Amino acid sequence: MTDTADNGNRMTGAEIVLRALKDNGVEHLFGYPGGAVLPIYDEIFQQDDIQHILVRHEQGAGHAAEGYARSTGKVGVMLVTSGPGATNAVTPLQDALMDSIPLVCLTGQVPTTLIGSDAFQEADTVGITRPCTKHNWLVKHVDDLAGIIHEAFRIAQTGRPGPVVVDIPKDVQFATGTYVPPSETLAAKSYKPKVNGDLKAIQAAVELMATARRPILYTGGGVINAGPEASKLLRELVELTNFPITSTLMGLGAYPASGKNWLGMLGMHGSYEANMAMHDCDVMVCIGARFDDRITGRLNAFSPNSRKVHIDIDPSSINKNVRVDIPIIGDVGHVLEDMVRLWRALPKKPEKTQAAEWWSSIETWRARKSFSYKNSNDVIMPQYALERLAAATKGRDTFITTEVGQHQMWAAQFFGFEEPNHWMTSGGLGTMGYGLPAALGVQVAHPDALVIDIAGDASIQMCIQEMSCAIQHNLPVKIFILNNQYMGMVRQWQQLLHGNRLSNSYTEAMPDFVKLAEAYGAVGMYCDDPKELDDKIAEMIAVKAPVIFDCRVANLANCFPMIPSGKAHNEMLLPDEASDEAVATAIDAKGRQLV
Amino acid sequence: MNAHQQPTGSAYFISPETAKVESHTLSVLVTNEPGVLARVIGLFSGRGYNIESLTVSETEHESHLSRITIVTNGTPTVLEQIKAQLERIVPVHRVVDLTVRAGQLGQERPIEREVALIKVAGTGESRAEVLRLADAFQAKVVDATVGHFIFEITGKSSKIDQFVGVVKPLGLIEVCRTGIAAMNRGPQGM
Repeated sequence: MTDTADNGNRMTGAEIVLRALKDNGVEHLFGYPGGAVLPIYDEIFQQDDIQHILVRHEQGAGHAAEGYARSTGKVGVMLVTSGPGATNAVTPLQDALMDSIPLVCLTGQVPTTLIGSDAFQEADTVGITRPCTKHNWLVKHVDDLAGIIHEAFRIAQTGRPGPVVVDIPKDVQFATGTYVPPSETLAAKSYKPKVNGDLKAIQAAVELMATARRPILYTGGGVINAGPEASKLLRELVELTNFPITSTLMGLGAYPASGKNWLGMLGMHGSYEANMAMHDCDVMVCIGARFDDRITGRLNAFSPNSRKVHIDIDPSSINKNVRVDIPIIGDVGHVLEDMVRLWRALPKKPEKTQAAEWWSSIETWRARKSFSYKNSNDVIMPQYALERLAAATKGRDTFITTEVGQHQMWAAQFFGFEEPNHWMTSGGLGTMGYGLPAALGVQVAHPDALVIDIAGDASIQMCIQEMSCAIQHNLPVKIFILNNQYMGMVRQWQQLLHGNRLSNSYTEAMPDFVKLAEAYGAVGMYCDDPKELDDKIAEMIAVKAPVIFDCRVANLANCFPMIPSGKAHNEMLLPDEASDEAVATAIDAKGRQLV
Repeated sequence: MNAHQQPTGSAYFISPETAKVESHTLSVLVTNEPGVLARVIGLFSGRGYNIESLTVSETEHESHLSRITIVTNGTPTVLEQIKAQLERIVPVHRVVDLTVRAGQLGQERPIEREVALIKVAGTGESRAEVLRLADAFQAKVVDATVGHFIFEITGKSSKIDQFVGVVKPLGLIEVCRTGIAAMNRGPQGM
């Protein structure tokens, strides 16, 4: 320590890093050491305020920090070395960018004098990460370091949240400079996110909503990002208006799945009632969602007869894919507060009967039971496994993460989320390997909660090395693998699009997951019998250690309902119509080009 | 984006773009810091927007501000999106679509000017002809030997195109152009 009594603000760059993290409220740090970050690791060793969680691959550090961030609403922080450390961080950075997750990534860099010389473990980190971050910095002078880290935290968590990178050369970590606290740091004048929505626009939206005969609320991850208060306001708005509500994959939990106005998730694998209601509505209120292509289906057939309100904190989301009638730029929480207040103040509220016909249409669509599946006494159906898992965890504080594929869609369809910040999944980027490290991040933030990674047999192997991290840090996450021995979603698309030629989607040489768990020092479980499933799930939950649960499910089950590519919301393929022939011809030649 | 391109084998829900493509001039005020130009042009390449012309220079030394002038093209929706995307970049202070602004001010176009250096080599009658043409285009001789001239010419891009066109058969050697500098007419700033 170079601190002296007379000048407490003079310290090394490495000390500045730790001090700045502490002053920004950081308690946990996910990382992996290497040559270019050794001075920072030396400082980590000499303090107790911030706990470092050692992952086994930098991608794991990033996803763990994402899981941590999404389950707490705080910024996730990761620390990696130069070169390969930074390039391995690229996937989680892009993942966080697509899903608007606040992430601060500190990377080591070769000494400033060697930058550009193709030095050992050198990479142009700011160049590589420029398109996959909200902003990034290369720190060239130690006196800039504290200010840049504070600014990094501000930018990561304000406005539309996102990942930022601070690249710190090794000589800057060794150099002595002055620490400046967050309160004395000058913020960039060019960055001023707008949080309050335009009241006139909100008033116009409320008046439009009051005239609706076929209204729908379409919500997304923006509600979760706006904090728990925004979810409360959303529930209040639903209560006041009695509008039906659907949500994107990212927004699940903002409104409870048990709520009477809940239509289920919308989009490609969303519910029939949600997609039909989106298609037929006359007023759509989009709250913190971005009209993603998995949501809209064919754009020129998307909700053709509705007037649209769009609330988003990011002005570039407005009119990007779908033109809207009333854009409201602002933080969802602030806008919902105004919206609820203005709705209450309406001189004449709509009659209860105004949307009665609409609700009866919705009941007709609901009656199609689009998530239904044919159960079996002999093999475990993946949907059944998730229903039983959901039943077994009911009433507990449960956090779910997923990998990417069929299991992810089934989890979204069948789990039923009641609270925000309890569902962590890679939505925008669709990163296989996300779920296990994300679960570790969640468990670090919530040591006593039940954290389950609902996984597929292919995805889980993409970041399986993080089992070591789980054991080392005593993180009792449960990995529930829906093992169908295929890359299920790839296989399903090959069936739909490529004449069922299953090119490379069968997982040959599958590891024995039970032995694999034991090799890491975790608990391995196996189940292939529907009659034993409940007991085994109960056993898994009771174990106070990491568990890999190899749940053998029907190999060829498809994820339905589905909007085939090139089709509109009202052209869904439902499970009871999905005969082999219907599946094979669901996507016509033109649609095949569009997938 | 890129909606005007034909769908290939592996895209998503692409619908053909029917709106008309327009050329617009944008002024972007940025903090003059390392990498800021890379952020701006990276946005254009990353999202598949086009750059017809790009100029950049520090304009306010004390406040470290640079002004980037970009001529781009796209449908009105894409142009609106380009502006919104530029505004997301952290060191970007302000983006003005000068073409839209000119329309709001009741003007046809913003003022757009370019400087070019044009080298022409030749002797005899063609040499005299080049000088006469330069005079007509108000191009200034900035370097000369008995065998060549370098002209400096300022004006609209179309005027420079035209000058380059007429001197081409008379011994044009090389051309260097600055790209467009632009601002709106009237007393208001951007």
